[in-house]
Amino acid sequence: MNAVLSVCGIAKRYGEREALRDISFDVGPGELVAVVGPNGAGKTTLLSILAGVQRASAGTVTGPGAGRAIGWAPQQPALYSKLSVEENLWLFARLEKAADPEAAVARMLEQTGLSERARERVESLSGGNRQRVNVALGLIADPRALALDEPTSALDPGQRERLWEFVGGLAQKGTSVLFSTHHLSEVRRYASRAIVLADGELLFDGSPDELIAANGGGEQDFESAFVAFLAERGHS
Amino acid sequence: MRKDLLILRRSRLLVGVLVVYPVAIALLIGLAISRGPSKPKVAIVDETPPGQTVQVGSQRVNVSQYAQQLFSQVQAVRVSSRAQAVQEIKAGSVLAAVVIPPDIATRLTSGVTQARLELLYNGDALEQSLVQSQLNSALAEANLGFSEQIQQAAAQAIEVLLKGGNLGILGAPANLVGLSEIPPALHSIIARQPPGPDRTELERIASFADFAAQNLGLSRKVLSTISQPIVVQSTLLHGRRTPLNTFAVVVAVSVSLMFLSVLLAAGGVALEREEHTLARLARGLVSREGLLAEKLLLAAGCAFVVAFAMLAGIGGFVSLDWSRIGEWLIALVFGALAFGALGVAIGALAREVRAASLLAFLLSLPLAFLALVPSGSVARGLYDAIGTISFAFPFKASLQALDAAVNGSSPSIGASLVHLAGLTVLFGVLARVGLRRLE
Repeated sequence: MNAVLSVCGIAKRYGEREALRDISFDVGPGELVAVVGPNGAGKTTLLSILAGVQRASAGTVTGPGAGRAIGWAPQQPALYSKLSVEENLWLFARLEKAADPEAAVARMLEQTGLSERARERVESLSGGNRQRVNVALGLIADPRALALDEPTSALDPGQRERLWEFVGGLAQKGTSVLFSTHHLSEVRRYASRAIVLADGELLFDGSPDELIAANGGGEQDFESAFVAFLAERGHS
Repeated sequence: MRKDLLILRRSRLLVGVLVVYPVAIALLIGLAISRGPSKPKVAIVDETPPGQTVQVGSQRVNVSQYAQQLFSQVQAVRVSSRAQAVQEIKAGSVLAAVVIPPDIATRLTSGVTQARLELLYNGDALEQSLVQSQLNSALAEANLGFSEQIQQAAAQAIEVLLKGGNLGILGAPANLVGLSEIPPALHSIIARQPPGPDRTELERIASFADFAAQNLGLSRKVLSTISQPIVVQSTLLHGRRTPLNTFAVVVAVSVSLMFLSVLLAAGGVALEREEHTLARLARGLVSREGLLAEKLLLAAGCAFVVAFAMLAGIGGFVSLDWSRIGEWLIALVFGALAFGALGVAIGALAREVRAASLLAFLLSLPLAFLALVPSGSVARGLYDAIGTISFAFPFKASLQALDAAVNGSSPSIGASLVHLAGLTVLFGVLARVGLRRLE
């Protein structure tokens, strides 16, 4: 497998506090990787470093999907609420130096199903639609990899379903997707791989089924296996 | 920048408030500086008999004329009695009342007892202070006028005593001989007298008359000195004298420039944080320095346009020297940039637009007032502290630059521009440091 992203020995320190310690993993094309862990585990910090928002204190992120080639959708929609959907997409298409900004805007409007609301100001959209625009901005330059920080946190079940359909479609077309989530049921359902972080350390890297199997297997769901896994390692 | 202009265009209420509020504040400050307090309403009870006059030497001064002079500094409301005056004060229709007693003419004429006016007033401490200071000043002015009239009457009497003529006072002899005419007349008589005790006596009288005539002439000058013992001759040590109304214009425009530039710049940067777009932009799409420079230029540009429009608009009502327009523009540009830099620094520290706006207001308004505190009005140490604070922020430097540009006042515009450029760099660096921490 040719890695789209290769993460090697990433560490992040805020003064005395270590937010991430020696994180290493690769992401292949079309992989849907869930980054899970308790609050304060370092999920957002890791995704921010991959997206180039923050600098790592140590380690490297390399590969064709690294740097500007990775799309990013932060946990809270990062949009100009006074601008329309189309104007937001157009602005970031130009800033991300998309080859054909106009075509990129049209493509994202179509993919997110927001063509009919293109001229509406973001401030008038529902939380779900804002999140769709947020994800669309991450994809505007047709990136090789996409980092989504808790993309479904503000969405209702129907909106979540539609978003995963959309993201799944991207992965099928070869875009590598890393996402963090607190909805653990989504991990087994949509992710091909799970990375478990706790207190800045990478504790597990494998498929969701492997994590369940490692914690007794059987009929238990991913959430129970995850809680048991963390408890076994002293993280409640 | 196009995006920011679009956002501003769609935030009409915000832009409206941003333009109207500082302009209103600026005009209020300008108005307060350029105009003195209005005349307080005072009831006047004149108990003197109609047409009563005061005899001063050969002249008669009408009491009502004196009263008119006395009350020129207040808005006089004539009432018929003391009781009515008290009623008017209690009803709040006048701030105070002055009762002119019927014996004022007698007392003034006596030259021994002082004439007394009765002042009745009510209201809070501020109103009491206003009435007292206005009436004291009016009384001082009227007394000065009265003493000038006395001095004129005395000088006229001295003139008649010196040169001879009619004093015009009832009972005084007509065609008086002048004191200065006595020595030559006596000398011609003495010349015809044989030596002896009579001649010696006449010579003593002649030398006294000569001495008296000379010294009575001097007393006229002494009288004018007493009537106005101190006169003021003003000399401005540096620069041109700045008329109060054009200085008020400069203050008003500077306040508008400050509010607009600081608020727009602070709001612009804080908006990027509030909308969480700063992190998205900062991942290599726009440099932090570029972002700050763009916000600073946009805010400074808008503030410059509004401030210049305001200056030009006021120029239609207040006489301004339009040949200095080049200097106006330079002062406005440097001021707008310095205020913009302060604004981006505030915006970089605050995480929300509301917090940034509040911080900008809380910081700007006192700074503007501090910069207007005149030297000598507070203790030396406090004034030095105020000076240090004012030096560290752009308002005073901007005010001085614009004052120098509009009125040619001191210090020179060059020093203020260098000061403003330094503050622009300083606050720009602070803003850059403030943006180090992102989401």
